[in-house]
Amino acid sequence: MAVIEIKNVAKRFGEYQALHDINLTIADQEFMVLLGASGCGKSTLLRIIAGLETATEGEVWIGGKRIDHLPPKDRGIAMVFQNYAVFPHLTVFENIGFGLRMQKLPNDEVTRRVERTAGLMHIDQLLKRYSGELSGGQRQRVAVARALAMEPDVILMDEPLSNLDALLRMEMRAELKGVLAESNTTAIYVTHDQVEAMSMADRISVMHEGRIVQAASPIDVYRDPAERFVAGFIGNPPMNFLDATPQGAGQFLVAGQSFAGPSANKPLEFAIRPEDMTLSETGLTATAKVVEPLGAHLLVTCEVEGKLFRAVLDSDLRVSMGDTLTLAPMQDRIRWFDPDTQIAVK
Amino acid sequence: MNARYLPYLLILPVTLFLCLFFLYPFILVAQQAFSVDGGWSLKNFEDVIGYWKFPISFQNTMLLAAAVVPVQLALALLMATMVNRMKKGRDLILYVWTIPLGISDLAAGIIWLAIFEQSGFLNSMMQAVGAIDRPTNFLSYQNPGIVFLAIALAEIWRATAIMLVILVAGIGLIPKEYYEAAEVFGASPWKRFTRVTLPLLRPSLQTALVLRVILAFEIFAVVAALGGTLFPVLMGETYAYQFDLLNNGAAAAMALIILAISIAFTLIIMRALRVPKGATI
Ligand SMILES: Nc1ncnc2c1ncn2[C@@H]1O[C@H](COP(=O)(O)OP(=O)(O)O)[C@@H](O)[C@H]1O
Ligand SMILES: [Mg+2]
Repeated sequence: MAVIEIKNVAKRFGEYQALHDINLTIADQEFMVLLGASGCGKSTLLRIIAGLETATEGEVWIGGKRIDHLPPKDRGIAMVFQNYAVFPHLTVFENIGFGLRMQKLPNDEVTRRVERTAGLMHIDQLLKRYSGELSGGQRQRVAVARALAMEPDVILMDEPLSNLDALLRMEMRAELKGVLAESNTTAIYVTHDQVEAMSMADRISVMHEGRIVQAASPIDVYRDPAERFVAGFIGNPPMNFLDATPQGAGQFLVAGQSFAGPSANKPLEFAIRPEDMTLSETGLTATAKVVEPLGAHLLVTCEVEGKLFRAVLDSDLRVSMGDTLTLAPMQDRIRWFDPDTQIAVK
Repeated sequence: MNARYLPYLLILPVTLFLCLFFLYPFILVAQQAFSVDGGWSLKNFEDVIGYWKFPISFQNTMLLAAAVVPVQLALALLMATMVNRMKKGRDLILYVWTIPLGISDLAAGIIWLAIFEQSGFLNSMMQAVGAIDRPTNFLSYQNPGIVFLAIALAEIWRATAIMLVILVAGIGLIPKEYYEAAEVFGASPWKRFTRVTLPLLRPSLQTALVLRVILAFEIFAVVAALGGTLFPVLMGETYAYQFDLLNNGAAAAMALIILAISIAFTLIIMRALRVPKGATI
C-alpha cells in the first residue's frame, strides 16, 4: 500500500516562493499527473517527494510513514529523469541493475530482475550496449526499466517523454501506461503536455504558479474546470469566455442573448467549449475571421462582441471568412466563473 | 579551394614550426646519443647506465614519482570535488589554490629550503616550542628521510594545482542529473564518487596523470635546491653530463632514456584509464 500524502508543503528558493501550501493525497496504485506550464513548480514538487529537494514547510507521507526527512533511497521510490540520466559508462544491463547493485542483491537476483524489466520494456536485445549506442527512445526505455527493476512502491517521472519526437511519444504513452498499470505501483507523472495528461492520468493535478488549482479525473478537469485558469489552459483550443450581466432570477445576458445561469445576482463570466456549440437559428452572433478546415472538423475563429471566440464545427459546413454565424451553446455545457475570485460558480 | 584539403593547409604552418623547432633538434639529439666519434654506437647508453649513480638516480626519480603523484591525485580529486560543490567564492579559492603554479620550480625549492634549512622557520619554530635545543641541519646526509620528505612536500605544494585545474574542468562537465539518479537509486556519497565521478572523469584523469607523471620524471630544480648532491635524480645527472662533464653524447642518451620512461608510463596510464569500447564519456 503506497498512498502518498502531501501535507501543507511549501518551498521557497530565497525570496522566490516556488510552491504554496500544497495538499494532495494520491491513492495506492493511482496514476497521478502533475500538469502545468513551464516554471509552475511541478519538478520542484516531484523532487521534494523524491528527496532531491527539501520542502521549506510541510510533510510528505508514503504508505502511512512520514518520509520527508529520509534520504531518497529509503523512501521506496524510483525515478525517471527528463534527460534519462542513463549512465554513459555502464552497459544497459548495468544501468538497469544499478539500484539493485547498490542494494547489494545477489548476482542471480540482479540478472533475473534486469532481464525481466528489460523484457517488459522490449530492450532485451540491447543489454550489452552502452548508452551512446542507443537512440533517444531506447535510452528512455532503459531509464524506465531501471526504475521498474527497483520494484518501487512509487515511481516518479519528470517529463519522461518530452525529448522524444511526436510519433514515438504517442507510442510510448500507451506503452508506459500499460506497463505501469501492470506493475501495481503508484505513479506521479509530470508533464506540460495536456494531451499526455488527459490520455494517461487516473487523476490530473493542474498546477499554476506554485499552487494546485484542481485535482480531478481528466474528464472532470475538462468538463468542470474549478477555476478560470484551468478552463483557459485545458483543451485545444481552450474554452471561450464572454461577460455575463445578471437579469435576476438566474438569468444572464450574454452578447445580447439570455441564458439560464446560477442564482448569483452579480456579473459573471460565461464559458463554453468550442465544440459545444452548433449552428442554429438563435444564439450568439459571431463574425468568422479565420476558417481552418482540419479534416475531422472545422475550426472557426470568430469575434463575438469584439472578443475572440472559437467554434469547432462539422467539417461538412461551408463557412467563409466574414460570414455571420449564429452559434447556439449546448445549455448543459455552459460554465460560469466569478470574475473576482476566478472560481467556478454553480 | 577544395574543402577537403583546407584543414591540412590550415595546420601546415604549425606542423612546419614543430618540425623545424622540435623534430629537427630531436633528431639531432638522437643522433648524438647513438653515435661515438662519428660512428653508430650504443656506447653512450652503456656508459650512462653502467655508471654507479644511474641506479640510485633512477630509483630516486621513481620513488619520488611514486610518493608524490598518488598524493597529488588524491588531493587534487578532493579539492576539485570541494570546489565543485561551492556556490560562492569558488573562483577565489581556485585562484588561491593555483598560486603555486605561477612560481617557478627553482623558486619553490628555495621557498621550502627557507623552511627546512638550519636557520629556517622549522628550526626556529621547534626551538621556540622547546622541541629541540639548538638548530639542526635537517637537510644533511644523516637525514635522507627528511630530505626525501622535504622534496616530496615541495613538489606536492608546487604541482598539485596543475592536476586540480584539469580535474575541476572535468568534474564541471559531468551533468548533475547523473548524481541525482545515482542518489535516488541508492548510491552513498562515496559510491557516487567511485561509480559516477571517477568513471566519468577518466578522460580528465588521463590528461592530468600523464602530464603530472611526465613532469615528475623531469624533476630537477626542486631537488637541486633542497637535496643538492644528496639526492641524485635522472634529470640532475643529465644536467651534470652536459654542463659539468661536457659529455654531450651521454647527456643526449640520458634525455632519451627519460623520454622512453615517459612514453612507457603514458601508454600504461592511457591503457589503465581507457574508456570501454562503445561507451561515450
Ligand atoms: N534550485 C533552484 N533555485 C532557485 N530557483 C529554482 C530552483 N529550482 C527551481 N526554481 C524555480 O522554481 C520555479 C519552479 O521550477 P520547476 O519546479 O522546475 O518548474 P516546472 O518543472 O514546473 O517547469 C521556477 O521559477 C524555477 O526558476
Ligand atoms: Mg520541470
